[in-house]
Amino acid sequence: MSEMTEESVRAEVRAWVEANWNPEMDLVQWRNILADSGWGMPAWPKEWYGKGLSAVLAKAADSEFHKTGAIGAASSGVRLLAASTLFDHGSDFLKKKFLRRIITGEDNWCQLFSEPGSGSDLAGAMTRADLKDGKYIINGQKVWTTSAHHAHYGLLLARTDWNVPKHQGLSYFVIRIDQPGVSVQPLRQMNGHASFNQVFFTDAVVEPDHLVGSLGEGWKVATTTLMHERRGAADGIATAGRRGTKRTGRAYDQERAEIAINNEPYTWYPQRAGRADLIIERAKATGKNSDPVVRQEMAKLLTMYNAAQWMVRRARAAQQMGRPQGPEGSLGKLIGSHVARASNSVHTLISEADAMLTADDSPMNGVIAEILVSTPAASIAGGTDEIQRNIISERVLGMPKEPVTGMDRPFKDVPKNTVSQLPNKS
Amino acid sequence: MKFSFSNEQEQFRTMLRRFLSEKSPVSEVRRLMATEQGWERDAWARLNSDLGLSAVHIPEAYGGQGFGFVELCIVMEEMGRALLCGPYFSSVVLAANAILNAGSEDQKQTLLPSIAAGETVAALAFTEENGVWDSSGVTLTAKAQGDGYRLDGVKSFVLDGHTADLIVVLARKPGTSGDEGLSFFTVRGDAKGLERRLLKSVDATRKLALLKFNAVEADLLGEAGAAAAPFARTLDQAAVCLANEMVGGADHLRQSALDYVSMRMQFGRPISSFQAIKHKCADMLVDVELAKAAAYYAAETAAEEAADLPAIASLAKACASDAFIQTAKETIQLHGGIGFTWDNDTHLWYKRAKSSEVFLGSPKYHRELLMQRWNV
Repeated sequence: MSEMTEESVRAEVRAWVEANWNPEMDLVQWRNILADSGWGMPAWPKEWYGKGLSAVLAKAADSEFHKTGAIGAASSGVRLLAASTLFDHGSDFLKKKFLRRIITGEDNWCQLFSEPGSGSDLAGAMTRADLKDGKYIINGQKVWTTSAHHAHYGLLLARTDWNVPKHQGLSYFVIRIDQPGVSVQPLRQMNGHASFNQVFFTDAVVEPDHLVGSLGEGWKVATTTLMHERRGAADGIATAGRRGTKRTGRAYDQERAEIAINNEPYTWYPQRAGRADLIIERAKATGKNSDPVVRQEMAKLLTMYNAAQWMVRRARAAQQMGRPQGPEGSLGKLIGSHVARASNSVHTLISEADAMLTADDSPMNGVIAEILVSTPAASIAGGTDEIQRNIISERVLGMPKEPVTGMDRPFKDVPKNTVSQLPNKS
Repeated sequence: MKFSFSNEQEQFRTMLRRFLSEKSPVSEVRRLMATEQGWERDAWARLNSDLGLSAVHIPEAYGGQGFGFVELCIVMEEMGRALLCGPYFSSVVLAANAILNAGSEDQKQTLLPSIAAGETVAALAFTEENGVWDSSGVTLTAKAQGDGYRLDGVKSFVLDGHTADLIVVLARKPGTSGDEGLSFFTVRGDAKGLERRLLKSVDATRKLALLKFNAVEADLLGEAGAAAAPFARTLDQAAVCLANEMVGGADHLRQSALDYVSMRMQFGRPISSFQAIKHKCADMLVDVELAKAAAYYAAETAAEEAADLPAIASLAKACASDAFIQTAKETIQLHGGIGFTWDNDTHLWYKRAKSSEVFLGSPKYHRELLMQRWNV
């Protein structure tokens, strides 16, 4: 066999799509063909619906595939995190059961890690999994679960042993969401949206063969998922969702419906980031561009906003050149919070009295109001500013780690939150 | 637009950093800053003969090395880090660029080779006692007389103006204002009728002079009455260079603060283990890295002679000024009482941060320029 190159891979992709793609096919039927071919997930191993290509070749294959306009494997939401985690720690049974259906998009996934009592301190999870009559019985509460109301399966972090220190007593499961012991309730946010859910478990059941990794290894497995999530977020694939096309055909119609569902929780995310991109337009529209104080604040914000983008470009360029990651790769999350906060202030300066209004009474048909009540999420979601500063000072600057208490005793003896702030309404 | 340094540029930086830490340790900075001149001809000559630093961005046709603004800005960053005492900013950045931007082919051939070789130290006299940085503040007059011109008036805040061999002067035709009637002239440092006085400045590593011109004979540089555009360009390029110099100084301070808190023990533990200290250090890193991103982008913009250089130059200048002064304040704070002493080195960079904050225009001034240049 001749050695594969980017060119040969691209040629192969083109030829395969030309021979097989038909937009009038049923979406799931098409993606099954895709799964059998390996071209849906070219970086996955050959024995598991992939082509076993290196990262570079797989990227070339993906970009060529994208160019053809054919619909690719389902990729939005948590499903790819589930796949990556199963590849790293899952049994063949689990891989066989789920990987194909991840590609076809038949199953939707959610991530069940955070709890009302454990946010930044994720390993303090108190949802319990008790082995009874050969099955794990789940009781507890998860929160901030995106798209749980559409999910068929969840990646669950639960405590199986209370007599060891906290990181050692966790296990990782795949749980079926559609079962009597699981109640999914939307969580309404301060901006009026309900992008997340609370998930309550009351004697929900998990079969023992749905344990991922070994019993008590849940923290290690969860860390893998989180690592893939960060990497995915950096590549902009995990959460961004695919944009719909205007092409016609049955498969495209089905894909558009899928995308609409997947993107629905994220409609306010641009506003969460502060919309610094709207500042100049808004200042001109309101005449505030003639106010020297406003101009100063605008310039401060736009300087930070632009410099942050250049920093990200520098990090990406260094990565592409194969250089070790510099500090510029670890600061984006914290700077994003600064930009969001500053944008909020400047939008308020510009809008003045109109900043009191919301919905279609607010400027730009509610977009400005949505900015003003959404930016507080930027400095909390995905790791608070305070946690980011810990990470930067410890991992980038090499400063001493925060002292951890309670590692020397069973988790049952460690002080915990006892009051739930988020009641079960069912 | 490139977003990374080439391997050669990285090697140049590494070599330069080692060289400057050997040739310009703080003891040397302290020694030179205490002199009236502020630099020494021997040390300056060595700097240029060993590494050709004063020639770095000057085209080969004029005796230079022919690199661009990215390399020049690497030099600036490393000099800012080392707080080098030498007439680099005055001669190579301000004066040489004014000559490059305004001079005729003949004048460039005549003037630049000795600046590139470090033999002639030049200065650019543009600001006056009114402290206005752009050409609107120029009142010094140039009157045509015979073959030449006579300059009358006062220039102030002239970087290395008291020691320069050659002074490039921005003057105007009597009766003109704004961008009209502006011309560049060259004057020898020892010219008759030129009175030079060192100003007492907070930042002793950056010597500023007051120059009084009393019917000083001067040679026209470039075209008469057409200096406004080349001068504006010189200022933009200088702002980019200063931004990179400030980033080097800020990065030095940030590291020195980190080294100190890692070593300082209180309450039985290094103070670097306190979250209040860790978070401050993380914030300082954010400030410095953002300023770096802006300064490097500006260097690339200047190198490519991109159309948005004026806006980006102002952006980088404001950003780096804020980051440098913030880092300097925090570095003193993190050192505690020792940081307020003369013996501790922090104040040297703090004072450089202060002078750089306003030199070529304050952050507020450049933010307003940025808005104008973006047509807001």
